[in-house]
Parts: sequence; structure tokens; C-alpha cells
Amino acid sequence: MSALNLIDGSETSLRRFLQTLPGVDQIGAQERAAMLGTRSIKTTSKKWAIDMAISMIDLTTLEGADTAGKIRSLCSKALRPDPQDASVPHVGAVCVYNDMVGIARKHLDSIGGQSIPVAAVATAFPSGRASRKVKLQDTKDAISLGATEIDMVIDRGAFLSGQLGEVFDEIRAIKEICSDKAHLKVILETGELVTLDNVRKASYLAMLAGADFIKTSTGKVTPAATAPVVLVMLEAVRDFFELSQIRIGVKPAGGIRTTKDAIKQLVLVKEIAGAEWLNPELFRIGASALLNDLLLQRMKLSTGRYSSANYVTVD
Amino acid sequence: MSDFEYAPAPESKAIANIKKDYGLYINGKFVASHNKKRFETINPANEEVLAKISLADEVDIDKAVKAARSAYVKVWSKLSGKERAKYLFRIARLLQERSREFAVVETLDNGKPIRETRDIDIPLSAAHFFYHAGWADKLEFAGFGEKPKAHGVVAQIIPWNFPLLMLAWKIAPALATGNTVVLKPAETTPLTALLFAEVCQQADLPPGVVNIITGDGSTGAALVKHPDIDKVAFTGSTEVGKLIARSLAVSNTPVTLELGGKGANIVFEDAPIDQAVEGIINGIFFNQGHVCCAGSRLLLQENIHDEFLNKLQKRMSKIRLGDPLDKNTDIGAINSAAQLAKIHELSSSGQAEGADIWSAPCQIPNKGFWFAPTIFKGVTQAHRIAREEIFGPVLSVLTFRTPQEAIEKANNTPFGLSAGIWTDKGSRILWAGNHLKAGVIWANTFNKFDPASPFGGYKESGWGREGGRHGLGAYLKGAK
Amino acid sequence: MSLDIKKTYKLFIAGAFPRSESGRSYEIRDKKGNFIANPAQASRKDLRDAVLAARNAHSSWSSATAYNRGQILYRIAEIMEGRSEQFVAEIMAMESVSSKQAQVQVRQAIDTWVWYAGWSDKISTIAGSTNPVAGSFFNFTVAEPLGVVGIVAEEKSSLLGVVLGLAPVLAAGNCAVLLASQRRPLSAITLAECLATSDVPAGVVNILTGLSDELTPHLASHMEIDGLDLSGVDSKSAAALRISSVDNLKRVHSFSAEKSPERILSFMEYKTLWHPIGV
Repeated sequence: MSALNLIDGSETSLRRFLQTLPGVDQIGAQERAAMLGTRSIKTTSKKWAIDMAISMIDLTTLEGADTAGKIRSLCSKALRPDPQDASVPHVGAVCVYNDMVGIARKHLDSIGGQSIPVAAVATAFPSGRASRKVKLQDTKDAISLGATEIDMVIDRGAFLSGQLGEVFDEIRAIKEICSDKAHLKVILETGELVTLDNVRKASYLAMLAGADFIKTSTGKVTPAATAPVVLVMLEAVRDFFELSQIRIGVKPAGGIRTTKDAIKQLVLVKEIAGAEWLNPELFRIGASALLNDLLLQRMKLSTGRYSSANYVTVD
Repeated sequence: MSDFEYAPAPESKAIANIKKDYGLYINGKFVASHNKKRFETINPANEEVLAKISLADEVDIDKAVKAARSAYVKVWSKLSGKERAKYLFRIARLLQERSREFAVVETLDNGKPIRETRDIDIPLSAAHFFYHAGWADKLEFAGFGEKPKAHGVVAQIIPWNFPLLMLAWKIAPALATGNTVVLKPAETTPLTALLFAEVCQQADLPPGVVNIITGDGSTGAALVKHPDIDKVAFTGSTEVGKLIARSLAVSNTPVTLELGGKGANIVFEDAPIDQAVEGIINGIFFNQGHVCCAGSRLLLQENIHDEFLNKLQKRMSKIRLGDPLDKNTDIGAINSAAQLAKIHELSSSGQAEGADIWSAPCQIPNKGFWFAPTIFKGVTQAHRIAREEIFGPVLSVLTFRTPQEAIEKANNTPFGLSAGIWTDKGSRILWAGNHLKAGVIWANTFNKFDPASPFGGYKESGWGREGGRHGLGAYLKGAK
Repeated sequence: MSLDIKKTYKLFIAGAFPRSESGRSYEIRDKKGNFIANPAQASRKDLRDAVLAARNAHSSWSSATAYNRGQILYRIAEIMEGRSEQFVAEIMAMESVSSKQAQVQVRQAIDTWVWYAGWSDKISTIAGSTNPVAGSFFNFTVAEPLGVVGIVAEEKSSLLGVVLGLAPVLAAGNCAVLLASQRRPLSAITLAECLATSDVPAGVVNILTGLSDELTPHLASHMEIDGLDLSGVDSKSAAALRISSVDNLKRVHSFSAEKSPERILSFMEYKTLWHPIGV
């Protein structure tokens, strides 16, 4: 991986590299994001965006109360979001805790959803506060149960206290376990990193350590995937591509509930990172309630009348 | 899968009730011009005629000035500040209520994108009235003496780049301080001023307090020469500003001038690069570059030149040029054929003088006046495009080696309106801010405007300030 | 009885006292026609040199601390105090006024320096502002010195007119090229001798004597001059000077013979700076 030539993995080289990154002016970034938020997406492009957004969803349930039944209905919904309309694409993945991975995989396979990957949150999600040993085992378990995507959390405590090498090594260790068996999404938990400068630094740290995706949030902390945060992460993957010729994906998660929210995300992708990122291989949206709103809007576009929650499934 | 091209999202024209022809707004009524002469105002995006406009001559001007004088003597000067304030608040509210209509008409007449008229021109115009309304009954606290006095009848001439906003910058402080007004909008963009006349009627503003006379350069020249004018305020080119100043030198009538600029936008190596790129884009491509304070000279620290230009060009490639009414349009039409010719002329001179031209790949519409966002690389201080105001979407890129050299180059112009500084280092911002000879300096931002913030230039960029406490001085006797 | 040593009245340019490069002088006489002196008759080249000296001095004078400028202005008053008798004698000779009247004028002139000395580090406080813009920005306005100001001093009270012209211009941080009254130039030159010994950096003040009609058009048209105080010009000549001063949009003002902070602000320029407030 050529990007790794930029650093030798030592704390000093990491720090030196991250210091070369330009600062982010928060107000400027907010303004840019707000301006792009005014883009008006209508008719054919709205239809395209809705289907694209559906296919990018990591349909997620991360509850203490999750059960096999809940997971199975989530998987069914993932494969056929609208039972009455076969033209609706399936979602990008289902995302669950690692003890649910086997159930999800099995159910998806049994209903014809072999092409839908199962993503597992790992590394003592959401806080990341556990021993390295536990985090590694957490990841191994998920993969052995059939997860082909791992959503790990970074150690925000280590990051904020300046132990960049610690964060870096941990990501690398998880990446090693994933190897070619699973895609690695690295959750920065931007709500805890607070500043956009930190978001940019953490994005690079994750990319240098081998992340396939950088992800905003666990969904358990607010603010989550705000537009300025996603903007800065999209700039990071765009610029990292210039450095390394490697395209890293981006996954906003948390707080994206409406079609309007989702379309704003796609506008950001197109205008910041570029159209190359407009596919589920490079952009995912971590969400649950979003899917139904997209379906309602899709119905509105095809029938011309506003639909109702009675016509989408509650799973 | 298809690319995510945005489908057309045009704002509806239906809300714009543009009449076939307009009279002059004098003494609270629309009246025919004395000589019955008319001219057309067109939509620069498709060259369609929008309306016929009356061309005022000396007789009309005299009528308007008399109306303003009479309103000043009989009504406006007798009204308390508190009551004047209420009229201004009313106007502010009416502008907010009719904002969509104003935005559409402005976009049609000017060619600028609806996103800008909707989000900037119209809301800021209302804000100017709201802000100055609050001053009307507090002038004794503004630092211009215990009993500040209005001039009387003010002649105001405004440009075509921000038609309603410039009207607001002129009329709001003039009325707040107790003056009455004869205002002439630009020849190519009279419509929102005429729509504003309707707002004055709806606000029940006493007749003659605001008079709007339309016409061409000859109308403006005749207006400032009228012997019963107590004060002149002009926004436009430095060339015309000087003509006005000379014509008023004998009478010594007070004048404020907001004129041209050749703003330097200085990017240091430690700048927040992505926001700096946005700032450069906003600095020169906002409003098609028809901005007197545009950051038309990019001064780049030499060691980030290539990296920065690479980012800038990529960003420029994403600029959406086209139908100004489309909500996703970033850059609209050049305001007039004459302005387009001027931009072409200066752009050609840049090429002839050996600068390296690059234009964003835009589809240029068949009809109307258009110019793709353009940069010139390898520009030196000696190039015309580094010295003359282009007033279009054309950026000249120069380099510097040290902060001192940046300041030296930035100040190396007869203009002094605006400048930009991009760096993460606080003390450098204040150092550069100290040394730049410009009336408005944006650090890590650009092209921001607010009624509370004084605006105006050093050197040949003008006389006086508009906005804020300082701007009130222009409309009060003896204030400095 | 020993013979008076009479003073040669020369120009004051860049801290030096040259004769006019043209070698010319002109005669001034009192009301009764008695010869008073042969002051130098400055040429347009002398004016050019004076403007250049003022421009060269501007960078350091305008960046000196306001406290420092205030002390220097106060120092001028101290030095003038010691020269009172000479000022009184010159005023009596030129203006044909009583010794008492001349003394009052000298007193006022000295007090004017003291008054403006105190303004130098206060004017920005009074004139500046922070502006509550609608957005996450810190926005402030400061008053800055304009640059080089040409002054045609008011001549009715020939010393006071010079000080009323110079003091606010200097308090603002500007450099000056002052044209002394054609008929009554002596106080200006004696004042120059005070300036030369009172810590005013060379070039900050330049004083020319000569023929008003010859020099004022060059003062008005000179592109290196940023502001003009035409208090000493009659209204008819002022109109023509205002016209030619438009070439570089000089800030042109005339004042009544009173001191005021507006006089300082007339030759200051407002600068507004915006910066985002973010983390």
C-alpha cells in the first residue's frame, strides 16, 4: 500500500504527517456544507438519488433488545424493502452486533439475499473501552460467524490524549484480522472528537492504518453525521486518493432520517469527493428509519400523491 | 448507473408580475416621462425584453427633486425619528413578505442566480432597512453631535450589480437620518427599484420621500447637477465617480462614492486550504465577478502554488453555469452585452500579454451573455489584468515569497476597497490586516456583507463608508 | 550697542532646512511697508521633495505607538513654550497686533498641541467599533491614518492656523506637507525649528514658504498626496483645487478655526476586518 510510504508507523512519523495537513476553518466548512444543502434535486435526479440511497444503506439495528426475530425481519426488509415493488433495489448491507451476525447471514442466505453483506460492529462498540485482546476476539468472532464488513470504533481516549500510535496500531491489528475476509470501516465517533481539525486528522490516521471506509459515528453519540463532518471526511478521501491512488469509502451514520437528509449526503459526495464515490462500494449510509422515508418518497414520485406510513413495513 | 446530474430545478417566473411598461415614480405616483422616451430592459440570460422603462430628462428630474424638497420641508423633516423608524420597519417587513417575487425579478433583470438573490440580495436588503430603522430615533447617540441634522434632498445613483441591495444601502440610511431621496437605478436593472416604489406605496410612505427616476447615464449626470441637491451618493465605476466629484467641486456638495477595486486575496502556506479554495471561488465568481470588492487578484505563496491551483481548478470545474432561475445554478449571465465585451477585451489583453488562460469547462447557452469562470496563471504586476478592474468572472493569479512581498503587491494599486487573508496564524492576520490599504478586509472568509459593518474604500475606491454607525455620517451634516 | 543677528527663513524638508532649490526668495513687509524678511520661495521641485520626504516618513510614523506620538506632540508644546518670545515678536511684526494679542495666540497654539497630544491614543477608541454582524464572525472597525496630507494653513492667526492644521494630522499618524501663509510665513518656520528639536522624526512635517498660487495647484494635483486641508484657501481658489484633487480622489476638507476630534478623523480611514469565530 503506497500510502504507507508516507509514514513508518511510528508515533513521531504519524504526528509529523498529520501536522502537514491544512487546518479546517469551521465556519467556512459549515458555510460550504450549508450552501450544498440548498441544492434542489428534482424529478429524474430525485428518483435516481432515492434508489441510489436505498442501495447505500447499511440497514442497522444495534439494540440491547435485538432478538433473532428482529434480525430476521430486518434482513427481509433489506432484501425487499418494498414487498409490492420488485424494482426497489436491496440495501447495501445489514449491520448488527457480532452475536447476531450468524442469524443474519443464515436468514439472508435462506431468502436469496446472498449478495447482501452482513456488517458487524466490533472492538467493544460503541465505547471502545476494552482490552486489545477483547477487541481482537470481538472482530474474529464476527468474521467467523460470516461478517464480511467490520465496523470498528477507534479509541477516542487515546486519540484525544495524543497517543496516535496506539490508535494506529489498533486499527492495523484489526485490519490484519480482516485481511481479505472483511472490509474494514473505521468509526471515528466525530461527536467526541468535536473539532473538524480532529476529524480530518483521525480520517487520515484511519486511512493510513488501512481502513477501507471511514465512518462518522456509532449512532450512540450526538452530534453524529453532520454535513460539515461528512464534508471534511469526503475531502479527506478525495485528497488521500491524490496521494495514494486508493479510494477509501465514507459512511455517515446517525441522524440521517429523511430522504432530504440522504439526498444532501449524495450532493456532498458528488460535489466534494466526485461522482466516482457515488456507489455502494464507496459510500454507505448507516440508518434504519431512513429506508421507509425513502420508500414513501419513491411512491410519491411514481404515483404523484403523498403516501402514508400504512404502506411501508415497520421492520 | 447514470451519473447524478441534477435535473432542471427552475424557480417559477409566475410570481413576477412585471408590467409591460413603467413610468417614473415621483411624488408617490408612477407618472409618464416628460419626453415620452423609453428604453427596454432585457433578461441578459436570453435577451428577451422584460419591460419598457421611461427615460427621465431634466424636466422629470426637476419634478422629482421638487417633490423630494417639498416632502422634506413639509413632512419628513417634521416627523420624529420614532415615526421615521416605523416606516423603515414597514418597508423591511414588506420586502421580507415579497422576497420571493423580488428574488425572481432581480434574477430576471440582472442575470444573477436565484440562489444568490434568494439567499443574499433580498434578505440583506430587508436587513438594511431593519438595521437603519433602529437608528432613526437614536441618532443623537451615534457620535455625530447632540443634534445631528439631515442634509435635505439626496441624489443617489446605483449600479447594476446588486440592484435592490444597493438601493437599500442608499435609501435606508438616507431616510433613517431624515433625508428625502431621488434615486436613479442602473439603466440595465431598473425593475426591482420600480418594484420597491410599489413597496413604498404599500408602506404608505409620504409621497415625495422616495422618488425613483429611471434612465441612462445622461439622466444620472443631470440628476447630480441639479442645483437643489444637498448631497450625492454614488456607487459605480471610478471613472464616473471622478466625473461626479469634479462636477460637484465648485458647489462643494457633499459626496460619498463607492467605486472600483482590484482586491487581493492572499493565501499563505498555512491557510485552511479547502476553505481558502472556497473563499477564492466566492471572492471572484460570486455574482459573476460583478462585485466591486471582488478578490480579483489571487496572491499565492509560491511554495503552495501548484497544489493550490490544482485544487482550485478542480473546484472550478464543479461550478454550475446556466439558467439563472435554476436553483442549482452557481454562476449566471453577464449583465449586458457591453459588460461582456469589456470582459472579453481585458481577457484578450491577458492572453496577448502572455498570461496563461484556463477556463472551467462549461456549456455556454446559445442566447444571452455568458463568460465561463476563468483564471490567468503567470500574471505579473505589469499585466493589465493585474491592474484594471475586469468586473467579471476572471481571476489573475500572482505569487509571492514573503509576507512583506504579499503586502507590497496587494497594495500596489490605486484602488483600496477590499483584501483577503488566508492563514491559520492569528498574529499574521492582524499584521497583514494592519498593513493592507483596504477598507474591508476579510480574513479566512470573503465577500461577507452586513448592515452593521461599514463598507467602503481607501484611495481611488471611494469616499466615505456605508453601513454601520460610520455609514450614518454620510447622511448627516458636518459629520466626518 | 551690537547689531541684531537676523534669521534666514528657510524651508523645512525631511528634517533639514534647505533654501529653495530654485534659489528664489521673496520679500515680506509689515502693514506699514517695513521690510521683515526674505523667506525662501519654494518651487514645485521643493514641493515634490517635501512630499517624498513625507511619504518616506509615513511608514514609521504611522506605526509608532499612539502613546509615543502623543508624547512627541506634547514635546512640541514644551519646546514652543521656550520660544514664546520669538513667536510673539514675529506675530506682532506680521499681523500688526498688540503684544497681548500675540501672546494669547501663542498660548492657544501651545495648548492646541497639548490637546491633540492627548487625542493620539484616544481617537481610535472613540471612532472605532465592534460590529454585531449576523453570523459567526468577529467584525471590527478601526480608524487608520490616511497617509500624506497637504495643508494650506489658515493665515488670520498665522501661528495658530499652522498648529490647528498640523496637530490633528500628526495626532492621526499622518505626515504633512504644509504651505505657510504667503504673507505671514515666519511663525511656520520658527515652528519648524521647534519641530526639528522635539523628537518629531525627519519628514513627518515639511514646511514650505512661497507663493500660494504657484504651489497650491501642485499640492492638489500631486498623486502621492492623500488628503488636503484647504482651510487657508479662499473659496474661489478652493473649487479649482478640489477639481484637480479628484485625480486620485484626495480627501479634501476645510475647517473653521476650532479644534475638534472631527479634524483628526477627517484624515483617517476606516478599516473593517472580518474573521470567523469557530473552533
